[in-house]
Amino acid sequence: MIRDITIGQYYPANSPVHRLDPRVKLLGTLIYIISLFVFKGFAAFVLAAIFLVAAIKISRVPFSYMVKGLKAIVVLMVITGLFNLFLTQGTPWVSFWVFTVTYEGAENAALMLIRLAFLIIGTSLMTLTTTPNQLTDGLEKSLHPLSKIGVPVHEIAMMMSIALRFIPILIEETDKIMKAQMARGADFESGNIFRKAKAMIPLLVPLFVSAFRRANDLAMAMEARCYNGGTGRTKMKPLCYKRQDYIAYAVLFLYLAAMIALRFVWTYLSALFGW
Amino acid sequence: MSIILNKVNYVYSAGTAYEIQALKNVNLKIEDGEFIGVIGHTGSGKSTLIQHLNGLMRATSGGIYYNGEDIYDKDYDMRGLRSKVGLVFQYPEHQLFETTIFDDVCFGPLNQGLSKKEAGVRAFEALNCVGLSEELYYQSPFDLSGGQKRRVAIAGVLAMKPEMIILDEPTAGLDPKGRDEILDQIAKMHKERGITVVLVSHSMEDVAKYVGRIIVMNQGEVMFDDTPNGVFRHYRELEAVGLAAPAVTYLLHELSERGLPVGTEATTVETAKKEILKMLASLEKR
Ligand SMILES: Nc1ncnc2c1ncn2[C@@H]1O[C@H](COP(=O)(O)OP(=O)(O)O)[C@@H](O)[C@H]1O
Ligand SMILES: [Mg+2]
Repeated sequence: MIRDITIGQYYPANSPVHRLDPRVKLLGTLIYIISLFVFKGFAAFVLAAIFLVAAIKISRVPFSYMVKGLKAIVVLMVITGLFNLFLTQGTPWVSFWVFTVTYEGAENAALMLIRLAFLIIGTSLMTLTTTPNQLTDGLEKSLHPLSKIGVPVHEIAMMMSIALRFIPILIEETDKIMKAQMARGADFESGNIFRKAKAMIPLLVPLFVSAFRRANDLAMAMEARCYNGGTGRTKMKPLCYKRQDYIAYAVLFLYLAAMIALRFVWTYLSALFGW
Repeated sequence: MSIILNKVNYVYSAGTAYEIQALKNVNLKIEDGEFIGVIGHTGSGKSTLIQHLNGLMRATSGGIYYNGEDIYDKDYDMRGLRSKVGLVFQYPEHQLFETTIFDDVCFGPLNQGLSKKEAGVRAFEALNCVGLSEELYYQSPFDLSGGQKRRVAIAGVLAMKPEMIILDEPTAGLDPKGRDEILDQIAKMHKERGITVVLVSHSMEDVAKYVGRIIVMNQGEVMFDDTPNGVFRHYRELEAVGLAAPAVTYLLHELSERGLPVGTEATTVETAKKEILKMLASLEKR
């Protein structure tokens, strides 16, 4: 039912990727995404693919979980692909009716699809191997310098982690209330749009009441424990880099260096052979 | 009339990393007019089990038959089943939504297709049955105390006139007085209306006082299914799975182990008292 919706689903496992510091994974994902869009050429994509497959293998997350993320953007991918395919000017390849497919268009479409697929799989790998709490911790620590210029980094991170924590709770609550009303004969499926909207009232009212009740309880509990924002607050599990994190950074920079090197080799070769 | 569960299994989040089998090969037969207690530790599958009885959850495998009809048949009237088997969820007060108590109780009967008037009559009866005083009927349900809200929610299911009512931990979070009142009212309903009652609880004492049959759940399986006496005889095994027999069971067993001629069958304070007085009388005679 409604519980099957997954948002930033974490896949529990004990792998080197899971144990990495979240800051490494955040920066790594960022670098990976940038590398996908900056670099061109067949060799660069082979390298990007090798990097991704290696990371997935090490993370011990089944490949099917990555593909789940792709399903969500299938429509977007199809549209992007079609636009690139038909709307790129260049040397005609095949044409039918009013459409003309150019060599450049086919190339662009293929590139764009590969990029999008790698981007989604790469970011899914991060969310699958990092709990939401670790993620916000990592974000808070990485953005900490911004608090010097008045950005409320801690507050933003706190709001994010509370929101993330509440998503599954509210989904569960929705499921429960829905069932309770169905036990009283409520019908959420049939009827036209107005009937359906009206049928939502017995679901939405208790849901809002409960969301406010929970928010109140949480605020009370936080105040009872003297929470007063980020100043002077220490962490139970402070983030600190370990050997594996330095190794991961080294691998990342090697990857980046290889990408840059490939780029120069590629332009040199293209110039040489007039590709 | 009866409900039969045949080899029912249920798996949550099948095929994911969080897969958990909440029901394992459950076989049960619930007869008309029974008063049954379902007990088990938290997470033993009680709530999962009872949601199968009115078709809110669909078994991963196995069959459920209501009055001999397979409820998983394609053309089985599932909404009809839900008005025959009323289910009161845990913390049912969280489902209230109408502006007045009376309207909220009318929600179920109206969904059954009754007219406003008929639904109103049902609501009056149900609210009366759970013992809510009449001056409250037109107030907002959100202004009530926890115990009162819970009665309103129970009335909301009763108003549908089910043949069987299932209550999931109806006393959770109530004070002892509120707890006894609600349980007494349920027992009265069972006696007067002859309605089948399934009472889920994790307190043996609650259950022992009222029910005629106890189903003990442990890690998704039916561990015992017997009369209260029959179940509490296994008090050592119950302890091993984190449950406790009523205090009097321990007392009587202790006495009998020390060589006193006392029966160990009693499960409530009343019957235990009689048993002990009987023993004392027989000792005096000697
Ligand atoms: N919606 C759900 N999704 C996944 N697992 C669940 C869900 N509801 C219950 N469970 C799991 O199923 C098992 C049985 O739960 P439940 O039937 O609620 O037990 P009880 O009511 O006896 O406390 C528990 O291990 C619980 O963690
Ligand atoms: Mg439960």
